[in-house]
Amino acid sequence: MAKPVIGVLALQGAVEPHRKHIEAAGGEFRAVKTPGQFEDVDAFILPGGESTTMLKLIETFDLWDSLKKQFAEKPVWGICAGSILIAENVTSPAQKSFGLLPVTVQRNAYGRQLQSSHAVINGYDISLIRAPVIAKVANDVTVKAEHEGKPVWVEKGRYMATTFHPELTLDYPSPMHREFVNLVQNYKKKAA
Amino acid sequence: MTQKSKTGNVINIKTGLAEMLKGGVIMDVVTADQAKVAEDAGAVAVMALERVPSDIRKAGGVARMSPPELVQQIMESVSIPVMAKCRIGHFAEAQILEAIGVDYIDESEVLTPADEDFHINKHDFKVPFVCGAKNLGEALRRIGEGAALMRTKGEPGTGNIVEAVRHLREINMEIKKLTVTDDAELMTAAKNLAAPFELVKMVKEQGRLPVPNFAAGGIATPADAALCMQLGAETVFVGSGIFKSENPAKFAQAIVKATTHFDNPKIVLEASKGLGTAMPGIEIGAIETTMRMANRGW
Repeated sequence: MAKPVIGVLALQGAVEPHRKHIEAAGGEFRAVKTPGQFEDVDAFILPGGESTTMLKLIETFDLWDSLKKQFAEKPVWGICAGSILIAENVTSPAQKSFGLLPVTVQRNAYGRQLQSSHAVINGYDISLIRAPVIAKVANDVTVKAEHEGKPVWVEKGRYMATTFHPELTLDYPSPMHREFVNLVQNYKKKAA
Repeated sequence: MTQKSKTGNVINIKTGLAEMLKGGVIMDVVTADQAKVAEDAGAVAVMALERVPSDIRKAGGVARMSPPELVQQIMESVSIPVMAKCRIGHFAEAQILEAIGVDYIDESEVLTPADEDFHINKHDFKVPFVCGAKNLGEALRRIGEGAALMRTKGEPGTGNIVEAVRHLREINMEIKKLTVTDDAELMTAAKNLAAPFELVKMVKEQGRLPVPNFAAGGIATPADAALCMQLGAETVFVGSGIFKSENPAKFAQAIVKATTHFDNPKIVLEASKGLGTAMPGIEIGAIETTMRMANRGW
């Protein structure tokens, strides 16, 4: 089977750090920013960055409808800012989102950069950078990891979210990238 | 930086935020209202200061850290990260900015230096620092002192891109040269660059700076932003270019568009239309060498 093509939404943010993780996990990395490019990938990563800025850019370049359609058909992994974009509810302040995962995400919940920190999640040394908190999850959401009693890695069907950054500190491929590429492969098999 | 960190944890968190700001535009703002305009236009962060560089240049005298209330107002008005500037070597100003809780400190040549010999020991701080550089040696000295993000110095407040281009090209060229330098010659290279050996070695191995590298100093149009991004800058700082233009909101959005799609001339073209007049520019030769901000620091 052909390698799954993972499109990292490249409007802004930590895009390039995903390349080696995706390749090491058996996928093909592609930075995508136009509707034509969206159609050619098997799955999406919405990377870390500034969620407010990404929303503005989605609006500026009129990408909402095309992304919405793509997300309805393909696996999506939202990281930090990306987890805010795919949550059903966003607080502090409320913000438009794609609503793919039935979770409530509180923005900048730990505080500003001075409260950014390292954490050990499932034995892995990762960083939380101006990170949001997943405050509530629906019953059918699988919590794969917690930090300080709050979910930081959740999954439901073909949608996944992490509030931390496996792409910045872990060896290639990170277990989260491996998990996501496997998920995409299984989804492709089922669809075929 | 993607290695598992043993001692570099703090630096990783600091460079981590810079990673999040990549592919974006960081805008100088002097009021909370301007910060809102910047955020609405799609800025990834704002730099809170009392006067934009072109006004600092005009006013002369001593330029210092902004009043804390101003920085706080700006922090309260937007949800994107807020940076603020302190004078080169003025670690007490930096301590105040850290106490305010800004997201990044720019130890900046735009302000009047407080110390002509020593920059701040940035390892002492939890808040990350960005510093300017004209060449690789200067960049690695700042990183050695703990800077988590570099930017070109350019020549601030001029609306003239020539110095930023010079600094980007210089750094790129010196990095390329190092990648083909023999290991036996590396210590001499470090000596000539006046830079820490370990960092010089890292640049040789990785073919890039150990921290992200952004462009700053003289960016005034969407085309300027696209130029810097194509020369390898990972984000652009726009100082006077936005709020000294005829239509700041439009200019801000246009520069954001051109930065996102820097590699697509059609989009940069569209972004460049109907903007009105850019900020007035200054020919670099018309500024006496002693008055050039890029020559501050070492």
